[in-house]
Amino acid sequence: MNAVETNDLGKRYGNAWALRECTLAIPAGHVAALVGPNGAGKSTLLNLVVGLAAPSAGIVTVLDGQPAGSAAALDGVAFVAQDAPLYKNLTASEMLHLTRNLNRNFDEGYAKGRLRELGIPLDRKAGKLSGGQQSQLALSLALARRPQLLVLDEPMAMLDPLARHDFMATVMAAIADHGLSVVLSSHVLTELERVADYLVLISHGNVQVAGVVDDLLARHRVLTGPAVEADSYAERLNLVHAQRGEAQAHMLVRIDARTGPVPPGWETHPVSLEELTLAYLREPDAAWLPGPGRALRLEPTEVAN
Amino acid sequence: MTIDKPPRPGGSELASAAARRPASPIAFRLDPASGVPTYLQLVQQVEHALRLGYLKPGDQLPKVRDAVASLAINPNTVLKAYRDLETKGLVAGRPGQGTFIRATLSRVALPELAELRRSLLVWLATAGAAGLDEDGIVALVTSALRDLREPRGEREGVA
Repeated sequence: MNAVETNDLGKRYGNAWALRECTLAIPAGHVAALVGPNGAGKSTLLNLVVGLAAPSAGIVTVLDGQPAGSAAALDGVAFVAQDAPLYKNLTASEMLHLTRNLNRNFDEGYAKGRLRELGIPLDRKAGKLSGGQQSQLALSLALARRPQLLVLDEPMAMLDPLARHDFMATVMAAIADHGLSVVLSSHVLTELERVADYLVLISHGNVQVAGVVDDLLARHRVLTGPAVEADSYAERLNLVHAQRGEAQAHMLVRIDARTGPVPPGWETHPVSLEELTLAYLREPDAAWLPGPGRALRLEPTEVAN
Repeated sequence: MTIDKPPRPGGSELASAAARRPASPIAFRLDPASGVPTYLQLVQQVEHALRLGYLKPGDQLPKVRDAVASLAINPNTVLKAYRDLETKGLVAGRPGQGTFIRATLSRVALPELAELRRSLLVWLATAGAAGLDEDGIVALVTSALRDLREPRGEREGVA
């Protein structure tokens, strides 16, 4: 089952395509990180996934084929947009009441319990809560809906380090308890390394990298060796990004059948998620797409466990 | 050790987790700067705790949910670490209960360990008196360990 599936998905605002030819299949049970430069189309994609925007082209479905925005999809999907969307003049208790009445599923006990643990006074207006409390309130309301898919758009951008940790801990605990799928966009790469096990990298409205993190890391290496040999060696490699000094060069490469053994004088190092992400962000023309979801299903060997 | 899971379903699990005594003798920590993958850090911490006697057969590892909530990491990472330890034969999962230690890495009893430590301290003092600094001692021990493992290697001692 795929938590999110898109096929040639596109969104046009006026004459400009915010997202185009986006084909993706994010399997359920993952924490998928959506990464990309500002204006790459991350928020557009998330808005399409949760049904807040309608596609200009292509198809987007969630939770095993439910059209995004359909009643069945809405019941299973919860969304926390940037800047903790709350009615600032309503109290926490009123927000809870509102959310309960606007949704078919709502676990009031969970929501109240969470707010009590967080020390959020029920009679305090949402706008008077701290940034961390506001985002925790929005998250608690979203989780109380018992979603199968939780979508978070830059959830931690405004939070201090402790509030970030607590926010992610709440999300991760919810996964451990209820096994929901998560798609989140973020700029903070180091934080994603701890939580994300699936990476989707978007740039200029296109999907550039998509895959299971362990799989991506296993299939990339950094090769370090003499700069004079770098160019001739790179011809035999699937090079993503190279950094070179006068004497020494580092090349982030994709391991494939052509890679072969490392020549004398060269060392090979494993790559971190942050390093991998930065390398692809610096090289918008390099792409890693292990086939769209439908192809993945036909070739089960491609699916990492 | 008993674990009193609160009867309220879906209630305030976090608060009760904080209130009840930890079920495991150890707690995990993460070093983001180490460059060691997160799951491997968890594996190494369990092995380390086993070697030092913090964990004994029958002890419970932190529950996946508790580890996840305290470290803010993906549950799959903890599961991967526990699977790895299970493959090594060090732990076993009990359905519905958690993951428990089944083997130990330290084959030496605690009193013996204390005696070994005492004689090591005497040796370290001798090495210090002879003019070796900490790095020199580590180098010497590492090289001696290598000689022990590969007796054919004819290495010169550290000058």
